[in-house]
Amino acid sequence: MQVMRVKQMALALAVMLLAGGVSSALAQSPVILNGAGATFPYPLYSKWSQVYAAETGVQINYQSIGSGGGIRQFIAKTVDFGASDGPMTDEQIAQAGGRVLHIPMVAGAVVITYNVPGVTTGLNFSPDVLADIFLGKVAKWNDPRLLQDNQKVALPAADIVVVHRSDGSGTSNIFTNYLSKVSPQWKTQVGEGTSVNWPTGLGGKGNEGVAGVVKQTPYALGYVELAYALTNKMPFGYVRNKAGQFVPPTLSSTGRAVDGALASIPQDYRVFFTNPDGKDAYPIAGFTWILIYGEQPDPVKGKALVSFLWWATHDGQKYAPTLLYAPLPKSLVGRIEKTLKTVTAQGAALLP
Amino acid sequence: MATAQGGRLVRDNAQTGDAWFHLLLAAMAAAVPLVIGTMVVALLVAAWPAMQRFAARFLITSTWDPVANQFGVLPFVYGTVVSSALALLIAVPLGLGVSIFLSELVPGWLRTPISFLVELLAAIPSVVIGLWGIFVLVPWVRTAAEPALQASLGFLPLFRGPPLGVGMLTAGLILSVMVVPFVVAVSTAVMRAVPTAQREAAQALGATRWETTRTAVLPYARSGILGAIFLALARALGETMAVTMVIGNVPQIRASLFAPAYTIPAVIANEFAEATGDLYVAALVYAGLVLLVVTVAMNALARLLVNRVVQGPSLIAE
Repeated sequence: MQVMRVKQMALALAVMLLAGGVSSALAQSPVILNGAGATFPYPLYSKWSQVYAAETGVQINYQSIGSGGGIRQFIAKTVDFGASDGPMTDEQIAQAGGRVLHIPMVAGAVVITYNVPGVTTGLNFSPDVLADIFLGKVAKWNDPRLLQDNQKVALPAADIVVVHRSDGSGTSNIFTNYLSKVSPQWKTQVGEGTSVNWPTGLGGKGNEGVAGVVKQTPYALGYVELAYALTNKMPFGYVRNKAGQFVPPTLSSTGRAVDGALASIPQDYRVFFTNPDGKDAYPIAGFTWILIYGEQPDPVKGKALVSFLWWATHDGQKYAPTLLYAPLPKSLVGRIEKTLKTVTAQGAALLP
Repeated sequence: MATAQGGRLVRDNAQTGDAWFHLLLAAMAAAVPLVIGTMVVALLVAAWPAMQRFAARFLITSTWDPVANQFGVLPFVYGTVVSSALALLIAVPLGLGVSIFLSELVPGWLRTPISFLVELLAAIPSVVIGLWGIFVLVPWVRTAAEPALQASLGFLPLFRGPPLGVGMLTAGLILSVMVVPFVVAVSTAVMRAVPTAQREAAQALGATRWETTRTAVLPYARSGILGAIFLALARALGETMAVTMVIGNVPQIRASLFAPAYTIPAVIANEFAEATGDLYVAALVYAGLVLLVVTVAMNALARLLVNRVVQGPSLIAE
C-alpha cells in the first residue's frame, strides 16, 4: 500500500515537473547576454542589468574579471560582449577577426590623492611635476617646483612616498597614458599600459590597497579612480590642464574633459582622451568601453544586445552620476547611435 | 565437504574483493601524480612562448617590464623564498612552543579554548587577514616594530632604510600568523599521540618535564612535526592575497627587510587578469612554473635541514 502511494506520488510529481518545464519553455525563453571584462564599471553594469531585466526581461550576466580577461574571452568568442577600460590593439583586433566595435559607456577619471599632515584637499600639481614625482626626480615635498605651484601651503621637507597600483588596471593605463603625453622622458623610459615597470614607489593592490597605504603612511602620494576617492572622501589634488588651469577632479570636470576631446575622438572611439582641450576639463580621464562584433552570429541575441546598448547609452545614462561615473555627452551619443545602426546579423541591420 | 566448499567460496570472494579494493586504491593514488602531471604539461604549453624567447635569461634577470615585453623573474623568486623562510623562522618555534604547552603542560580546562582559538585562526580567509594587515599590522610595524629594530639592530643591513610598514618584514609576519595554526594543530595532535608509557619511562629515570619532552616526546613525534612544517611551508609559499596586500609589490632585491618586495603568486594574481599580449601571459605562466620548481626545491631543502637538526645524534645518545 505504502509503496504504491509513494510511487503514485513520485509519478505525479514527475508529471507536474515536466509539464511545468515544458509550459514555461513554450511561454518564453528569456534572452541571456553574457559579458565579461573590466572591474571599474561593474557597479554600473550590474545596476543596468538589474533595471534592464525588470523592464524588458532580457538578462545580462556580467562578470568583472578584468579588462585583459574580457578582451581574451571576447576574442575567443565565449561571451556575447567584452568590456574594457583600454581599447584593443590592432593586433588583438586582427586576432578577433571580423569587425570589432568599441562602444563608449561612461567616462571616469583618475585622482591624485596624498597624505601630508596638516594639508587638506587642493594641492596643485603641474603635469611635468607629477611625471617627475612618479619618475623619482621630484623626491621631496618641499621641492621648489612643487612650492611654486603651492605658494600658500607650508610643505614639509619630507620624502614623497609614491604609491601606485600593483595589479594591472585600466586606472593605471589612463594614468600612464597621461604621463606619457605630458612627459617625453616618461614616454621613452616607462611608457603606458595596465602594468608598467614603475621607476619608484610602492605597489598597492586595487584602489583600496593604494588608498590604504596612502591613508596610513605620512607623506605618501598615489592615484585612485574618481568614484573611489569621492565615496571615501579622500583628499585630492588639482591638476593643471592644457588650458593652464588647476582643475579639481569632479564628475562635471570629467564631463568637460569628454567635451573638450570630442573633436579628436576618432571614428572607432579607440582613444585615451587624456590631456584634452577645455578650460574646465580635468586632464586625467578616460572611457570604459563595451566591445561587440559588427556582424552578430545570432539575430535574436544580436538584436537584444544592440537594443541593450542603445538603452544603456540613452536611458541608462541617468544611473551613471549617482554611481559616480561621468555620463556621455549628447553629441557623442548621436555618433554612437549611428555606429549601433551599422551592426548586422546575417546581412540585415539589427536596428531600424 | 559442503562447509569446506563454502569456506573456499568465501575465500575466493575475499580475493576478488581484495583485487578490486587494490585496484580502487591504486587508481586513487594514481590520481595525484596524474593531476600534477597534467598541470605541468598545461603550464609548459602555456609558458612555451616565453620559455622560447627568454630561456634561462628569465631566471637570472630582474627587469619586469610588460610595456617593453622584458621579463625576469629573479626578484619574485627572492621575495617568495625570503618571505616564506621568514615566516617559518617565526612560526615554527612559536608553533612548537604552543604545541608543547598544549600537549604537555596545559591544565585540562584551558586546552579546549586555546585549541579552538588556534583553529579559528586557520579558518580566517586570507583576504581578511590581509585587510587586518593593512589596517593594523602595517601601522604597528611602521611606528613601533621597525623603529625599535632600527634602534637596536640598525648596524645590520637587514634593518636599514626608511620604515614604510609595508615590505618583506610585514609579509613574513603576516605569513607567520597564517601558518602558525598549521604547525600547532598538526604537532599538538602527534605529540598527544605519544604513549604515556613513553613519558612515564623518562620520568622514572628522573627526567624533568623539559627533559621528558625533549627525550621522550619530541623524537617520537618527529615525523609528524616535520609534516606540520612542510604543510606550513607549502602554505607560505603559495599564499597570495594577504602577502600582496602588505609586501609593497616592488620587484627588487634588497638586503633590508624593511624594503618592499614581491612574490611570484602575488604578481600572477595582480597582473594576470589585465594581461594582454601573448608573451606577457606566457611570462606569467612561466613564473607559475618557476614557483612550482621553487616549491619542490624549498621542500627538499627543508626536509634535509630539519632532518639534520632533529635527528641530531645527541638526542638518542643521551
